[in-house]
Amino acid sequence: MRTLFLAAGLLAATPAFAQDKPTLTVLTYDSFVSDWGPGPVVEAAFEEVCNCDLKFVGSGDGAALLARIRLEGARSEADVVLGLDTNLTAAAAGTGLFAPHGVTPEGLSLPIAWDDPLFLPFDWGYFAFVHDTGKLANPPADFRALGASDVSVIIQDPRSSTPGLGLLMWVKAAYGDEAGSVWADLSDNIVTVTKGWSEAYGLFLEGEADMVLSYTTSPAYHRIAEEDDSKAAAEFAEGHYLQIEVAGKLASGDQPELADAFLAFMLSEGFQGAIPTTNWMYPAVTPAGGLPEGFGSPRDGTSLLVAPGDAPAVRDAALDEWLNALGQ
Amino acid sequence: MILLLVLGSIAAVALRAEVWSGLKPSDWAALRFTLVQAVLSAIISVGLAIPVARALARRQFVGRGALITLLGAPFILPVIVAVFGLLAVFGRSGIASQVLGWMGLPPLSIFGLHGVVLAHVFFNLPLAVRLILQGWMAVLAERFRLAASLDFTSRDVARHIEWPVLREVVPGALMAVFLICTTSFAVALTLGGGPRATTIELAIYQAFRFDFDLSRAALLALLQVAVSGTAALIALRVSRPADQGGGLDRVARRWDAAGPVARLQDTLFLVLVALFLLLPLLTIVLRGLPGLLSLPAPVFAAAGRSILVALASTALTLALALPLAAMTHGLRGRGGEVVEGLGYLTIAASPLVIGAGLFIVIFPFANPVALALPVTALVNAAIALPFALRVLAPALAGVEGGFGRLADSLRLTGFARLRLLWLPRLRRPLGFAAGLAAALSMGDLGVVALFADPEGATLPLTLYRLMAAYRTGDAAAAALLLLMLSLAVFWVFDRGGQTDADA
Repeated sequence: MRTLFLAAGLLAATPAFAQDKPTLTVLTYDSFVSDWGPGPVVEAAFEEVCNCDLKFVGSGDGAALLARIRLEGARSEADVVLGLDTNLTAAAAGTGLFAPHGVTPEGLSLPIAWDDPLFLPFDWGYFAFVHDTGKLANPPADFRALGASDVSVIIQDPRSSTPGLGLLMWVKAAYGDEAGSVWADLSDNIVTVTKGWSEAYGLFLEGEADMVLSYTTSPAYHRIAEEDDSKAAAEFAEGHYLQIEVAGKLASGDQPELADAFLAFMLSEGFQGAIPTTNWMYPAVTPAGGLPEGFGSPRDGTSLLVAPGDAPAVRDAALDEWLNALGQ
Repeated sequence: MILLLVLGSIAAVALRAEVWSGLKPSDWAALRFTLVQAVLSAIISVGLAIPVARALARRQFVGRGALITLLGAPFILPVIVAVFGLLAVFGRSGIASQVLGWMGLPPLSIFGLHGVVLAHVFFNLPLAVRLILQGWMAVLAERFRLAASLDFTSRDVARHIEWPVLREVVPGALMAVFLICTTSFAVALTLGGGPRATTIELAIYQAFRFDFDLSRAALLALLQVAVSGTAALIALRVSRPADQGGGLDRVARRWDAAGPVARLQDTLFLVLVALFLLLPLLTIVLRGLPGLLSLPAPVFAAAGRSILVALASTALTLALALPLAAMTHGLRGRGGEVVEGLGYLTIAASPLVIGAGLFIVIFPFANPVALALPVTALVNAAIALPFALRVLAPALAGVEGGFGRLADSLRLTGFARLRLLWLPRLRRPLGFAAGLAAALSMGDLGVVALFADPEGATLPLTLYRLMAAYRTGDAAAAALLLLMLSLAVFWVFDRGGQTDADA
């Protein structure tokens, strides 16, 4: 009986305790909140300064996030959505659920200018084909060379994966109307198409292909965490497609001031410093101490990006080309 | 005639329905590919399972019990783990390719329709073996004694004893494998080698997250259920319950299978299947072993949560399956079939659509994140239900056929009948069903991926998170942990039900 009272007392006490501090709910993709992602570090750092409880909720990847926001609509409990990219921002803005952030970001290290009123970038990277220098010493120098070679690659399906969609946009941005013929050239190099990045990268590490679609920052993981120098990202002459990951404030959130504080914090050292070795992307603002050793500085060749507003239309046309070329 | 009537009427309705104009040509291609690979996978899995189950049923050897338990492993593995196990054997750098390389032959290419079917056979052959074996073990020892005293040859036994059993269990096994394969997505896409291998489930994925076209996603999900419903109806029509009669539960001895040809044939099948199924498992074990002890703490916490979810979903599965099995038996004929068919449809429903649907339903009332684990247990139970039903329904029918009249005359009803007749007579199938449900729940990524908060991850979700964080070594170790735990829960339940001497 005594334990029962004790339990009842504890239960009654919990909400009272929680009410002391406001809760900020941030909806993000699953790998961000994992124990090996930026989530735990960011949560601890923000809670030190905000006098609040920061709660991350993970849901699939960027595209799944957008679907979830659309399902939840204005009733969402989230205050901030973190993890969309520029291929999705137009559709996200079209929902009318996001509020302007009101920030003029300074000191951004992005290779392009940033003036989106609804979304702020938190990290970025280039898509690239990663290979093992021991097995493939002279990687192809562009898509045409890859298509003409017998080098095997594994890519992700654009319908279910963010990098997969990124590659679709990459080829389209580089080749425009010729994208279809580039895909036709590539079709015999593509060993297989996977559901997501993890499957593709895993297959590559197992030796199922010479190259895999990933990021220019992937070799840094092997250098820093595994002290393995053998992985490299091939530089393509057409330029590399940018992925810029962003966050935005939901208009329906009940903690607008905290949401603003979080977005400001997002561009500060406490957040940005965690990005390189947990999310394995370039931070949107380079930390004062520079990038970690072994990370390397970003490539300085051409950056490709379909303007966010054009992305939905380009995407649909590019998907049809892709499906036709790979023999639907 | 009846089959034609059922199929014909569905086809007629389908052709008249206007909603079909909403499907794109690519959806029809997806439907075609889904059907082709699922039919091939079902036929090959079950075709191979029959001789294997027969060999297991009539041979006693050291390690037989262990082999039967291990055979359950591929079925309960998370898809991605099993695919890596298969690739370690059949991939470009796999064992088989290396052996071919020594002989001067080019490496295997696993990617294509054959790869998809290979993987599905790897997953489902063991399930088919277990389902058929279950039927075989239900044959009363007295029948084999009678057969022996009548000087039955192997062929006579096949015709008079084994054929009726197969007639009862094979359609169900075919259907179960077919249904599992219709919702395949990651395996089909990865091993299919490109967008040619698009299944309906991938089309649903595209409609949901790429186009956010909910009506099309629902329409495609309906199409998937219609395909599966048709398969279930056909299977239930073809299946004929075998009338067993009562017996004394002796150990079955097989006088008919003593010949050298039968012996050689059984040995061959057992060795080949053991190699095919166990080699990939062995590679998973070897790869995971080095990192197993140094796994980070959150992985073990996730394992604990997975075990709790598995136990809850097992209890739920049995609580749903036994009454449903009783209902299908009580409502003989059409009604029973409909109930059983409905029970099967859960496997045919797209996990993505179930998840999104639940989300839409729960969201207005409660925070889905807080309910992530209970909802996962519930959905896992729903997914395990068809398998439990497949195991329990024929067994219950057998028990009622043999002892129902006696129980009726003793006025055993309700709880007393459950306690005195069903539970003791159904120990083996109940244990197997519980083991399957628990192991399925352990290995299933499930809907938790849609809802989980950072502290609520299950072991499969943690495995995916490790992979997404480049930690392949830890992921391999987590996969091994998952394999061991799934097998352990399966073994505990399955053994619990198999205390008979012949187990």
